[in-house]
Amino acid sequence: MARYLTRNRLRRIYKWGGLPVSHDRKLKTDEYDSLRISLEDLPRTTVITNGQYILIEGVDDDHPYVAKVTKLIESDKKKKKALVQWFARVGEVPPNKLKLLGREPHPQEIFYYEGPTCEDEIDVESILDTVQVKFIPAGAPFPDVDRQEVLYVKLSWNTKVFTVVTPEQIETAAATAAAAAAPRLVPTPSRLRPALPPSPPCSPALAAATPRSRAPSRRALPTPDPMVMNRAAAAAGGHGVRGTASAGKMAEAESMHSASKISASKCLSGKRRSCVARTPGVRKKLELSSPRKSLMDEDEGLCQLLDEDLDLDVLMVQRSATTLTHLMSQPGGLTPARKTSRAAGSWGSQSMKPVLSYMSLGGDSSPETALQDSDRASTPSRRAERASKEHSLGVLAEENENSPMEPAAPTPRTSRRKSAQLVSSRIRKQLSLLDDVHSDGDDSDEFLPSAKELRSSSDEEEEQQEEEEEEFCARLDSDDEIVAKKSKRGAAAPRTPRSARKSQASMRTPRKTPVKKATPTTPRTPRHATPSIPSRSLPARQPGSALEEARARLHVSSVPESLPCREQEFQDIYNFVESKVMDGTGGCMYISGVPGTGKTATVHEVIRSLQRASDADDIPAFNFIEINGMKMTDPHQAYVQILQKLTGQKATPDHAAALLEKRFSHAGPKKESTVLLVDELDLLWTRKQNVMYNLFDWPTRRHGRLVVLTIANTMDLPERIMINRVASRLGLTRMSFQPYSFKQLQQIIMSRLNKVKAFEEDALQLVSRKVAALSGDARRCLDICRRATEICEHTSLDPGAPGLVGMSHVMQALDEMFSSAYVTAIRCASIQEQLFLRSVLMEFRRLGLEEATFQQVLVQHQALCRVEGLQPPSVSEALAACQRLGACRLLLLEPSRLGVLQRVRLNVSQDDVLYALKAE
Amino acid sequence: MSKRKLKDSPMPIGECISQVQTLLRERLCHQQLPQRPEGVDSQHKHLMELLKRTAVHGESNSVLIIGPRGTGKTLLLRCVLAELLAEEDVDKTLLQVHLNGLLQTDDRIALKEITRQLSLENVVGDQVFGSFAENLAFLLEALKKGDRSSSRPVLFILDEFDLFAHHKNQTLLYNLLDVSQSAQTPVAVVGLTCRLDVLELLEKRVKSRFSHRQIHLLPSLSFSQYLQAVQAQLHLPDTTFPDTTFCYDWNASLKALCEDKSVEAVLLRHFNSTKDFRSLHRLLMASLCRVSVNNPTIKPADLLDASRLLSADAMTNVLHGLSILELCLVIAMKHLNDIYDGEPFNLQMVYNEFKRFLQRKSNSLYNFELPVVMKAFEHLQQLEVVRPVDAAAAVAARAQREYQLVRLMLDHSQIMEALQKYPQCPTDVKQWAASAFG
Repeated sequence: MARYLTRNRLRRIYKWGGLPVSHDRKLKTDEYDSLRISLEDLPRTTVITNGQYILIEGVDDDHPYVAKVTKLIESDKKKKKALVQWFARVGEVPPNKLKLLGREPHPQEIFYYEGPTCEDEIDVESILDTVQVKFIPAGAPFPDVDRQEVLYVKLSWNTKVFTVVTPEQIETAAATAAAAAAPRLVPTPSRLRPALPPSPPCSPALAAATPRSRAPSRRALPTPDPMVMNRAAAAAGGHGVRGTASAGKMAEAESMHSASKISASKCLSGKRRSCVARTPGVRKKLELSSPRKSLMDEDEGLCQLLDEDLDLDVLMVQRSATTLTHLMSQPGGLTPARKTSRAAGSWGSQSMKPVLSYMSLGGDSSPETALQDSDRASTPSRRAERASKEHSLGVLAEENENSPMEPAAPTPRTSRRKSAQLVSSRIRKQLSLLDDVHSDGDDSDEFLPSAKELRSSSDEEEEQQEEEEEEFCARLDSDDEIVAKKSKRGAAAPRTPRSARKSQASMRTPRKTPVKKATPTTPRTPRHATPSIPSRSLPARQPGSALEEARARLHVSSVPESLPCREQEFQDIYNFVESKVMDGTGGCMYISGVPGTGKTATVHEVIRSLQRASDADDIPAFNFIEINGMKMTDPHQAYVQILQKLTGQKATPDHAAALLEKRFSHAGPKKESTVLLVDELDLLWTRKQNVMYNLFDWPTRRHGRLVVLTIANTMDLPERIMINRVASRLGLTRMSFQPYSFKQLQQIIMSRLNKVKAFEEDALQLVSRKVAALSGDARRCLDICRRATEICEHTSLDPGAPGLVGMSHVMQALDEMFSSAYVTAIRCASIQEQLFLRSVLMEFRRLGLEEATFQQVLVQHQALCRVEGLQPPSVSEALAACQRLGACRLLLLEPSRLGVLQRVRLNVSQDDVLYALKAE
Repeated sequence: MSKRKLKDSPMPIGECISQVQTLLRERLCHQQLPQRPEGVDSQHKHLMELLKRTAVHGESNSVLIIGPRGTGKTLLLRCVLAELLAEEDVDKTLLQVHLNGLLQTDDRIALKEITRQLSLENVVGDQVFGSFAENLAFLLEALKKGDRSSSRPVLFILDEFDLFAHHKNQTLLYNLLDVSQSAQTPVAVVGLTCRLDVLELLEKRVKSRFSHRQIHLLPSLSFSQYLQAVQAQLHLPDTTFPDTTFCYDWNASLKALCEDKSVEAVLLRHFNSTKDFRSLHRLLMASLCRVSVNNPTIKPADLLDASRLLSADAMTNVLHGLSILELCLVIAMKHLNDIYDGEPFNLQMVYNEFKRFLQRKSNSLYNFELPVVMKAFEHLQQLEVVRPVDAAAAVAARAQREYQLVRLMLDHSQIMEALQKYPQCPTDVKQWAASAFG
């Protein structure tokens, strides 16, 4: 939770690094090549440059979005913006799509996102930190490393299919930029810095350039160059490693002091352009669940690499850039650097990785970062150099990719990229690791002191850092430190707490079974298990005969293959929801219709089709949530239910409302659309209509991405019960489900029966006509048919072959369901009760009113009894008879305490009574 | 067995009587289920089939059993359930939830009761008595998770179904019926009610979800069937009753009883009055109570007495206990009722009427002072022989008691009947009561 504290305590300040590099007159925007993020009152800053991989604040704190900066601009309104190329985490890809991978996704895997329509402009204030991203060729296995901070790119994901990412694809922009930059770099170290951002495929290199300390931060960017050069040299093979290395060193040293960024910015802009061109309006989908273990693997990898590249580390450390003294010590450090560069040449990828790991450290804005920045920076520069050696400047970008060196290059590149993404915590971890290693290693001895120095300095700064850093990083740090002293592999261990947290986070977006998943999020009220009705010992018997089969099919609960007779409505709703989901906008729709006309069924069918479509990648994925006004005890429970289904959280209605409000008004860069079905809308009415207001207001928010479908019975509900501001928000998208006509009902039954021959044609027609005339309620129709099959079964002479359901059966079923029992009830009543009813009629006639007191009726009753030759009942008996009739609701009575004074009314028409009594 | 019988045969008469009493009382108090309810075969079959399909096939259903009070709705259901549970595997499969509209007066209580009866509390621990909303969500979730083929079917029996329709929003009914209409846990919702218009109570969306199956239980038996039923109710089983001779004697006397003309007349009158079996049972019970060692069989006189006891008018009995003054006041009120055609009156008017009577005709009664009359009047009010027109309004207005408007709660016939039976009623009072005008 420390991260929250830090977050709250300090205000982050976002500043452009340097002057605008270019100005777009049309858009009135200024471009910058770097962004400095600093914390109030603290000296350190993180610098973000183009091409760097960054973490972006998302809905899920544990899994911030990953993206690559392609452009940093300031709009005319002084808003700081960044254009980014998104990467999708495993968790952001819908689970069903993951199958397309044909393998288990690597937990740390991310996908180059090529999907449509994802806002690629973000507010710089949402940038959390830098991160390290590595590219891995399609065929190559994931490095068996257990580090959490490095992410791997192997494939690209365009919301439909995964395609192999060629290094070019990812790197095009970067490479071009790098190539362009390279020439300049070599001659003038001061210019090296620009080369960094373009750093090959993986702009992460850029990310590395985020030193915290302000003064050094500037310089830090350039530092990488030497490394780059080294590497490039190594790659070139023929060239003296030593020379290159030293050159790199010099370059680095110089670059650290140089302030010129012009060339860099140029490179950047070039790259930016290419990036932008490549990804116009990319939209990312939001999928919160994210890989749990991914980080571990990479950790391991990093550790391994560290062994080999201790020297480098040390070097970096020395450079920690914050102090000049460190810089001074660099000369000593050169040797290791050289070594690495040699290594890079010989074992290509391996040697590169360590470098990368340093870079990843650089992602952190701590002093160490600065050191690493240099590393990071160096890689690109090296590359650039190599490129420059092999090709002419102009063509560099393409050639670079095609160059023979490439095969080896990809790995380093990716790793470099990843390294860029590394979070500050990593730095510290590695440093500690370094310590360990140093103690064993021989070469490293000389560097040991410096390493220690570094460490101490880093410790000092840690406190400040912690405040500065993103919560995310901060937490990682603490985690890391705990285990820092453990073996390199052990470093993975600290992740566990985090993964736990992640799992929790992943619970938040369960689409289908939110309730189950909700459990872990509410530890305070532990539910031991989800409730369920115990299962039966013997399986339910399956229908045997045709009639039973028909009955099963006719049950309202059975889901039909299709919904006949609602094609138009289906299409309308489908189009509505689809368009909203596609556009990522929100909207409301009001659906009305009498019960049993298929409103809910149609909406469900629409959702099913849409989900199929989204599975097939025709439309972006979306959440579907259903609430029912009748299934909650209070309108405000709607918030609770929505929140629970959306995120699995439990909250009080007020809190839930607040959370939802935040969720729907907050701009999540990669948010999935939500489709909310509100059944029985009228039940959500409250006096102030807050619930309805909110439900209809959220879709109008810019970032809401909420589609609300509301269902109620009355067509004019908005006009009748909603106040203006609510009705206005509901809008005019209305749809009315007409009651089914008899033909439609017939078609529905036919389609349900689906060739099971159980009914005579006429019988079906009778049912549908009857129901259509009465209500047009499909449920009724199905129920009658079901009852008719039962009657048919019972009445058939031969139980083995009951035959078809005919008119007579249907008639009987109709009779049972629709005939009122009043007449029969009167006929079955006792003599006294019948006489009482008759005397009620007589009294009514006498009075000319439809109401009489019991006393008045009693007089008639007693007279009538004498006429009939019966002994007149006592008042108590007559009263009892009256009460019995009242209990059946043949009579309507006043409360019985009124005794003889209570008034009596008939609940049946007088004709019915007469008819019933006469027939006897 | 025969040996035991021989040994039992000389069983003392007192023993036999107590055996008879126990056996028949159990039967009359509905503690014993009959083999099969009479005259409702088709309904029995319908309900049986329906519940069996739920239990065996996992088909969800809803049904209402409608019939006037005392026609055997609950009996029918209990018989069907007993029969159903006798079948193996149904017994272990079917879960039952019994609710009564008189007990579960709102959905909150009903939900708790359902949770309890389904034994779902152990799943939730202390959550059972959480908030209403939680309970509802919890139950719905439980039901939703089931499916037709694997979950145990749940039988919901809602006694006094009409009262559930008065719950707020009919939430419980909506949800139960919705479950019965969707592919969730198989449920059978059986409602018992005596209201013929129960469907009109349901909200339209609730109504649409109800399957509209109604089983009407209407007493359609004729008088001869009724007689048989009476005989069957009192009949002693030949085979199981310990004392064969006593049993034989009893059954013979029972047959004689039913053929007795006066008994038949009593039963006919009862039958004409109501076909409710409960009231018949009351009648039989009253006569059964007279059976003793000295009177080992039910005699026609017993039945006549019991009938008289039961059909006696309650108000008339009350009047028997009144003092002459109170009776006079009642008569005065009767006259006021006649004069003013049922308009309410107050104590002062009654007192004036009474005084007029005293002045004109009475020679046997003293003149009572107003306070005494008022006391008597208040007593009548306590007995609810008279009733304030609007008690609340009168209290609010602090009207003086003698001017508070009241109404007479008696019919003239009751007054006359009471006077007939009143011991030592002065003749002039009787004449006054009978006279057309005070």
